[in-house]
Amino acid sequence: MKNLLVTILGVVITMNCIGQKYYTKNAKINFDATTPSSPEKVEGINRTATCVIDTKSGAMQFVALMKSFEFERALMEEHFNENYVESSKFPKAEFKGELKDNEEIDYSKDGTYTVKVKGILTMHGVSNEVKTDAKIIILNGKISATAEFSAKLEDYKISIPGLVADKVAKSAKITVSCSLEPLKN
Amino acid sequence: MKKLLFQSTLGMVLLLFSSNLFAQDEDLLKLLGNEKTKKERVKYAFKSPRVINGHSMEFLNPGTMDFRILHRFGQLNQGYKNFFGLDQASMRMGFDFGILHNLMFGVGRSTYKKELDAFIKYAPIRQSTGPWSSPVTFALVSGITMDGTPWADPNRKNFYTSRLAYYFEAIIGRKFSEAFTLQIAPTMVHKNIVPFEKDPNNIYALGIGGRLKLSKRVAFTWDYTHVVIGMPDSGYYNPLSIGFDIETGGHVFQLHFSNSTGMNEKAFITETTSRWGKAEVRFGFNLSRVFQIKKKKVGK
Repeated sequence: MKNLLVTILGVVITMNCIGQKYYTKNAKINFDATTPSSPEKVEGINRTATCVIDTKSGAMQFVALMKSFEFERALMEEHFNENYVESSKFPKAEFKGELKDNEEIDYSKDGTYTVKVKGILTMHGVSNEVKTDAKIIILNGKISATAEFSAKLEDYKISIPGLVADKVAKSAKITVSCSLEPLKN
Repeated sequence: MKKLLFQSTLGMVLLLFSSNLFAQDEDLLKLLGNEKTKKERVKYAFKSPRVINGHSMEFLNPGTMDFRILHRFGQLNQGYKNFFGLDQASMRMGFDFGILHNLMFGVGRSTYKKELDAFIKYAPIRQSTGPWSSPVTFALVSGITMDGTPWADPNRKNFYTSRLAYYFEAIIGRKFSEAFTLQIAPTMVHKNIVPFEKDPNNIYALGIGGRLKLSKRVAFTWDYTHVVIGMPDSGYYNPLSIGFDIETGGHVFQLHFSNSTGMNEKAFITETTSRWGKAEVRFGFNLSRVFQIKKKKVGK
């Protein structure tokens, strides 16, 4: 009987130790492939990306529906979905990574940190490693995070036809910002 | 002994349970549970709001204008003397406007019979996925055409309304897959005046149009209208157009072969006088350029 109690206790402790997770379903991802020779802004915004961070391990994950990227110009949105990212074939972009210096962040009190993020971004069916700096702000028990990096379209097998090659950047600037809340299981 | 076995089994089960919890750690997104599937409109059934001649189940995006230049050349069987028809051309210039995702209107002017035309197109139901979705798009088109040629007999009493004809069309279409779209379009054309007494004023027809995407930017399209009731006895034929949609980034080119000259519903459904069988086929193209008049608000 004693053994049983110990086992149960052990399990309960491990469960508690899994740590706190924070999440949002309204992360904002901005995609900008404007070049100086673009006649118009080549920019799309997704406001409904999902992000989860495990503050104990520093693991983090993002997922965004490609169809949720909105553009000022309807035709650009059509071309983005139909010709470039092929959103019906590859509906999601996913990032799976970790905060490198997670142990330096004290999630229990307010503060601002710059940390390294490393992970794998999967988009258009192709996975590539992404490394960047993220700014993390802890305020009143909530986490705000912003990060910026660039993705070479070629690396994700997104081809730009010759006719518009000078109007779309070879490398897209991707800006992510989100505000996370504790996840209650 | 029994007790010990029970304890260890229980312990194992609990351990398994806790390791399960660790395994979930691998995919953090699973913690949020499954997203509820939302109703989502099926988009881009056709590259353009027209199959070739006839209206398609697709709409212009709100806030955009489609500037359309349509050309139909002469018959191929005219041979080299008329450079296979390319020496002659009939054209229509049109401006279509997208108001809502399911509402648009357009105006156009054709050289054939100097005709002006206008239409309004509305879809009460659009094809969608998710809960409460519809497997098809159901759209309605209503249009009017006005003949601009001088009166055939200026001495008789002519009425302005004699220049007018109307058409009413229902489109039922479905994008079956990324590559394949098919639609049928029961249509009625009413002409206020017809050349002969025995010619009917009302013509009922059924259109069948479709698209087969060959690559990201090229599609094979066809557009056939079968006149069911009201075809004049001789000299008129059902219009069939087949062609390719080529999208170049800003423009959509619809290159095709057709036996009809007319470029509005009244003209191509009721006034096609050429036959595919006799190689009385014309080359033609539609050039479509979409302009964004009112930008969509995406904010910062």
